[in-house]
Amino acid sequence: MPVLIAHTISEATEILAENPDATILNGGTDLMVEVNFNHRHPSSVLLLRNVPQLREWSIDSSQQTITIGAGVPYAAMETGAIAAAVPALAQAARTVGSPQIRAAGTMGGNLGTCSPAGDTLPVLSALEATIHLSSQDGERIVPFGEFMVGPKKNSRLQHEIITAVTLPITGRRQGYSKVGVRNAMVISVASACFAVVDDTPRLAMGSVGPTILRAVKAEKFLTEATTNLNIISDEIAREFGQIASTEARPIDDHRSTAQYRAHAIKVLASRLAVRGTAS
Amino acid sequence: MSSVKTKRDVLGTSSLRPDGGAKVKGDFAFTSDLHAENMLWGATLRSPHPHARIISIDTTAAWKIAGVECVVTADDVPGQLTYGLISSDQPVFAKDVVRYMGEPIAAVAADHPETCRRALAAITVVYEVLPVLFDPELAIGDDFEPIHPEGNLIRQQRIVHGDTSVVGDVIVEGHYVIGMQDQAFLGTESALALPDADGQGVEVFVATQWLHEDQKQMAACLNLPTERVRLVLGGVGGAFGAREDISLQVHTALLALRTSRPVKMQYGREESFFGHVHRHPATVWMRHHATNEGKIVKIEARFVFDGGAYASTSAAVLINGVTHTQGPYKCPVAVVDGYAVRTNNPPCGAMRGFGVVQACFAHEGQMDKLAAAVGTDPVSIRLMNAMETGDLLITGQPVESVAPVARLIRETNEIPLPPDLAMDANELELPGGSGITAERKHIKRGIGWGVSIKNIMYSEGFDDYSTARCTLSDGKVVLKFATSEVGQGFVTLAPQIARSVLGVTDAVCDTIDTQIGSAGSTSASRQTWMSGGAVDGACRLVRERLFEVVGAQHNIEPIRFAIEDDEIVDTAGTFRMSVIEASQGITISETFEHHHRPTEELDENGQGNCHVAFAFVAHRAVVDVDPELGLVKVVQIATAQDVGQVLNPLSVLGQIEGGIAQGLGLAVMEEIIVQEGRVRNPSFTDYLLPTALDAPVVVARMIEEYEQQAPLGAKGVGEPPCISVTPAIVAAIRDAIGKDIDRCPVRPQDICL
Repeated sequence: MPVLIAHTISEATEILAENPDATILNGGTDLMVEVNFNHRHPSSVLLLRNVPQLREWSIDSSQQTITIGAGVPYAAMETGAIAAAVPALAQAARTVGSPQIRAAGTMGGNLGTCSPAGDTLPVLSALEATIHLSSQDGERIVPFGEFMVGPKKNSRLQHEIITAVTLPITGRRQGYSKVGVRNAMVISVASACFAVVDDTPRLAMGSVGPTILRAVKAEKFLTEATTNLNIISDEIAREFGQIASTEARPIDDHRSTAQYRAHAIKVLASRLAVRGTAS
Repeated sequence: MSSVKTKRDVLGTSSLRPDGGAKVKGDFAFTSDLHAENMLWGATLRSPHPHARIISIDTTAAWKIAGVECVVTADDVPGQLTYGLISSDQPVFAKDVVRYMGEPIAAVAADHPETCRRALAAITVVYEVLPVLFDPELAIGDDFEPIHPEGNLIRQQRIVHGDTSVVGDVIVEGHYVIGMQDQAFLGTESALALPDADGQGVEVFVATQWLHEDQKQMAACLNLPTERVRLVLGGVGGAFGAREDISLQVHTALLALRTSRPVKMQYGREESFFGHVHRHPATVWMRHHATNEGKIVKIEARFVFDGGAYASTSAAVLINGVTHTQGPYKCPVAVVDGYAVRTNNPPCGAMRGFGVVQACFAHEGQMDKLAAAVGTDPVSIRLMNAMETGDLLITGQPVESVAPVARLIRETNEIPLPPDLAMDANELELPGGSGITAERKHIKRGIGWGVSIKNIMYSEGFDDYSTARCTLSDGKVVLKFATSEVGQGFVTLAPQIARSVLGVTDAVCDTIDTQIGSAGSTSASRQTWMSGGAVDGACRLVRERLFEVVGAQHNIEPIRFAIEDDEIVDTAGTFRMSVIEASQGITISETFEHHHRPTEELDENGQGNCHVAFAFVAHRAVVDVDPELGLVKVVQIATAQDVGQVLNPLSVLGQIEGGIAQGLGLAVMEEIIVQEGRVRNPSFTDYLLPTALDAPVVVARMIEEYEQQAPLGAKGVGEPPCISVTPAIVAAIRDAIGKDIDRCPVRPQDICL
């Protein structure tokens, strides 16, 4: 199996244009497991770890945004400037696997796999991040809501690579929670990200539907129920969680039940709605 | 002249493992690391169905793949077509019918694991899918066609003891469910087989718990004389019961004999879940009758153990379950019915705790119910009923072992409780951990108790003896035995025994293989007692011979000699000589077999002295629970364990901490999910084991009351730590949330929905 090594983004897109069947490796914490389990037999692999540009991140202070390269590992998001700019992302990154996995796994990989249980994806959904895609045809920027289209399905075209993600720096309350049956190193049974963006509440839910779901009714309820998002009564928070859980579309599987997942969303959403407030 | 005494790692010291450094550094060769010149790889084709008739098997295409050297099916097995620990009911390869998902059908040998994979994919098996017997209750009686010639009921045992007409003032009842736990050792099944040049024998390096039992079963299937199947223990990465049964042993040896080349087989993690037996899932009903004060007057119980497709050790697991119904409590009257049944679920067999785990989960749930019913607390109810030496079990057997049950409970109770959760506790200290699901205010704390009794050694008339040889030469001791070292630490303990008995410093273990008599299995918490007894016996024989030699040389009656530190001393005179000097130029070698006292089979009423000895332990669990989300963090386990005599404190603590982690796993996360015979989570992604963040603080007291029956005064310590910690944790969860929970593992939805 040929391994094709790119050193720049343009080299990567060139390789991909010439080898449209190549499987992109960016961290390998999903792909290598699939290969080892014989679930996948790539004809060739495009390796991105030697593209320095993908491992960079930058803050645009005029736009109040942060752009994180697709090769930035989770470990780099847990603390420091990225964590300060997007605290919910840091919280999500901390829940990914073990320290070894967080050192290897990347934002681009999470987006490439696009599992409904992808740990950072609810943050990207709540913050309405945009995904940067590059190909020989140029760059394309896609809102997260249009990027993830199904379980493990995204709108990346075969000849495109994911290069970066841009997120707003809101300076407002945001938080992430994930339920698993173990206190660390566990696949999400249900997860949620709450954020205040442009003075409106946003709630995204993971592992409770075919894609990351936005709880639009709950968001609307909260917008109407309060004038100050920093003062939310327990009663309103409960109602918010209740509505959010009706918007979840969970299933039964070997990890949990639909009933528990919907319940967990109710609890997580109501707790996140007040997390960091005075109440 | 003053002599400088070097510290010797005798009994009672925390002697370090001889293989510890290598294991920490990654230098230790596990069986999976072995390699031989000109070696082929082996792989196994397994059934995708839990129950199906095999219409045809076509291996033609697999043979044609370049690099494939051999394909074998049931038709190629030269000897007995089945194997098994108690009943030989499991086919080496399925021939006419498959009875569980993952049952072996064929094996291949090829030049590379990837070639093996392609060869397996090229084998065509035509199945006729059959109805799946997945409900153990349907296996009792005639409700389902027998799925095996030996029928669907593996064993039934009834216990009737005392005046069964007795009715208690207070009656409590419960139905308990115990999920299927996996041993989840880290080193998956592996073996390397080297054929003899004449093709009439084979040497096999294998990770196993009992070399001689493997050898016996392999020789029968391979149709070879036992002595031509030579087994050597490969490096073992954990066992916990999962290496008692044959897995890849016969397949690997058969491929090596067929190809006349070395063959190595190694299961991956997913295959490992299908390649070994698991802990029996069970349902247990118990009804306790007591006086108004809470003294037990009668226990009624019914056990159903799901043995899965093949018998393995189910019959013995059942007996352990039913005979431990009462737990470590006095009980004058009992009526117990137990069933071990065959289904199309994964085969179940030995796992740490062996049937007692299931009984204990139920009797401890009952003790708490009883405490509540008579208006007392969990500690008082247990103290009131605590068993003592001399008490009769419900089998009529007297407990002759040291039985410090009340002391264990009191000493555990004296261990300080952990501090309250701080108001600003870090999220990693809260249930939910790194997921940041809760704040301090959401958390409730609970305390729960579990106390257990566990038989040690094999039961029901089985003579599971152990053999050891001690050779002393020039002040050095070499110990030879077939005791499987699976991580429990016998390779540490055996030299400690030799140093204590013979006064030597230099004591090492020879290769562990079948070139000496059997040591029995490394299971049932028995090797310290049994192989420890054998090594002790062999060393004592050598010491006698040494005293004779020295006595003859110096004209002193050998009976006057004793070993004092590293010297032979005349206890009635002034003569002293170092053991090193005394053994210069001579070689003394002695072999000793240690047998435990005989036991009996149970009669039709479950009466008989079927067990050898018993060990006890108490656990108190403190857990924090998020009642709304159903998440749990175990904060502290306090424990006092009846150990007889501590021979190596560090080793004992290792067993206690490890056992507690395994028992915690069963309490809150470890379960093989089986739906209609299909395993849904055969991976460490979805079969969850406790991580460091899930492991509690363990505060342990080792209670030393010398066990007169035991050769070294020491009881086995391997199983007890994992038995009562599970009910203790579940009781603590009940205490925190004020809700009854009758199953383990406890799932989030069991707490909050």
